Amino acid sequence: MNILNLFSAMPGAVAQGLIWGITAIGIYITFRILDIADLTVDGSLCTGGAVCIMMMLSGHNVVVAMLVATVAGMVTGLATGFFHTFMGIPAILAGILSQLGLYSINLKIMGKANQAINVDKYDLLVSLRYIKGVPFYKNSIFVVAIGIVLLVLLLYWFFGTELGCALRATGCNGNMSRAQGINTNTSKVLGLMISNGLVGLAGALLAQYQGFADINMGRGAIVIGLAAVIIGEAATSRIFHNFGFKLIGVAIGSIMYYIVLQVVIWLGVDTDLLKLLSALVVAIFLAMPYWRRKYFAKPAVKKGGKDNA
Amino acid sequence: MLEMKHVTKVFNPGTVNEKVALNDFSLTLEDGDFVTVIGGNGAGKSTMMNAIAGAWNVDAGEIIIDGTNITKLPEHKRARFLGRVFQDPMTGTAATMGIAENLALAKRRGKVRFLGPGITHKEWEEYRELVKILGLGLEDRLSAKVGVLSGGQRQALTLLMATLQKPKLLLLDEHTAALDPKTAAKVLDTTEYIVNKDHLTTLMITHNMKDAIAHGNRLIMLMDGKIILDIRGEEKKKLTVEDLLHKFEAASGEEFTNDKAILG
Repeated sequence: MNILNLFSAMPGAVAQGLIWGITAIGIYITFRILDIADLTVDGSLCTGGAVCIMMMLSGHNVVVAMLVATVAGMVTGLATGFFHTFMGIPAILAGILSQLGLYSINLKIMGKANQAINVDKYDLLVSLRYIKGVPFYKNSIFVVAIGIVLLVLLLYWFFGTELGCALRATGCNGNMSRAQGINTNTSKVLGLMISNGLVGLAGALLAQYQGFADINMGRGAIVIGLAAVIIGEAATSRIFHNFGFKLIGVAIGSIMYYIVLQVVIWLGVDTDLLKLLSALVVAIFLAMPYWRRKYFAKPAVKKGGKDNA
Repeated sequence: MLEMKHVTKVFNPGTVNEKVALNDFSLTLEDGDFVTVIGGNGAGKSTMMNAIAGAWNVDAGEIIIDGTNITKLPEHKRARFLGRVFQDPMTGTAATMGIAENLALAKRRGKVRFLGPGITHKEWEEYRELVKILGLGLEDRLSAKVGVLSGGQRQALTLLMATLQKPKLLLLDEHTAALDPKTAAKVLDTTEYIVNKDHLTTLMITHNMKDAIAHGNRLIMLMDGKIILDIRGEEKKKLTVEDLLHKFEAASGEEFTNDKAILG
């Protein structure tokens, strides 16, 4: 339990936290803005990683590979949106169906369960190896942080456009949105596509960072993402009110999650139990609003009867 | 302006809960008509509104607005013809968005939404002027989230949103029923003001007979999915609550039992 070991593990935790932060921002869009818990992400994260690695192994440029991975992620969101809106399947089930289907698709993309990429032979954007002893502009923490700032700026702009406002209105109040001429189905599909596009991009970065894409790399992504969203909100909601900063807050939440995780590992907790811990922590945080209503609610002041008889 | 021809809607067909909500229902509204709609629970008032608004498809009949047959159009496509205010103040606005943002959403009703700005600087000024007619002081808090407004304020705002793009037809579904009497009166005054100012063709459901008599140029009463009373012109102007009760008994062969509607 040498404290130095913990410190030396920190940069890695921050880099991972940042990459997962992009996933978390994607999840924020569906979970907070559209009010949908989208389980597609457990599959689309791997899809992004698999596409990126396979493209690079076949000689494509890293930027092209990441763009295609993002588009692949968006297609997975399109599939879930199709299940949900066109086929009328409840959102949560639609996501589960996509996730299951993607398992096969991801295997087919990679040809096997795991595909490694050698950082010495390929020109990767981020890597475990680019954390220490590299110039700052090559440092993965710096690269991903810049990437997040750019993404947040892009999303900030988008959610201020007519289309973005329509999407926010859809998540807030479907009846009102339709009454104002918004096609809520289109909005939902679009939101799912943007969200999973971001998750695909995060998968591409994660696969490069760890040096391989793995069929199980997305397992529990939704829970990690939700944890990041919730921790980020709890930690920053008093300081950040602007939408853009809220997204940054989510990324910060993700970093905090990975730092805590690193501390837990350093304390010597059995790593097999980590997912259980994550699940419990997220469950408790998700219960907070409900408990607050149920046990700490102030009695509502009732107005006179509706018919004022 | 509005033509409903032989519209029928049956809920839960073939089950014990089968309910004929609209029964061969026909109604024609002239341009500029302000029609108040009354009737007991389950008479088909809200079903009539939902048939026009497109919450679901009707089983038979046609609905035509200003020459366009909208019978098969999805709800969001009909929206460009319609302004709607709902009974529940929560339904008409997006609580997590600002007052100005909500108005901007309404401003774009019936238009193609793409990557243009969701709200422009010019609109902020426009809305600042616009909300002044409500007399609620909203002009100083345009960026406030609608969720912090009271029910009455939200209904007044919804009314503005419904009429921001002059609709072919304004649908008011008991839009004052959930408000306290003072607020309800104020929202009704605002309704009257806006409808007159823009000469809007309006359908207003109310459970309050006095309101139904005091507003509009025509009154219809529904029962079992049909119009059983249709009073307009001079006759409507002279109408009293007592007249209405007598007419109801004559038309339906029953005594009017809804105290709320009489006393309200």
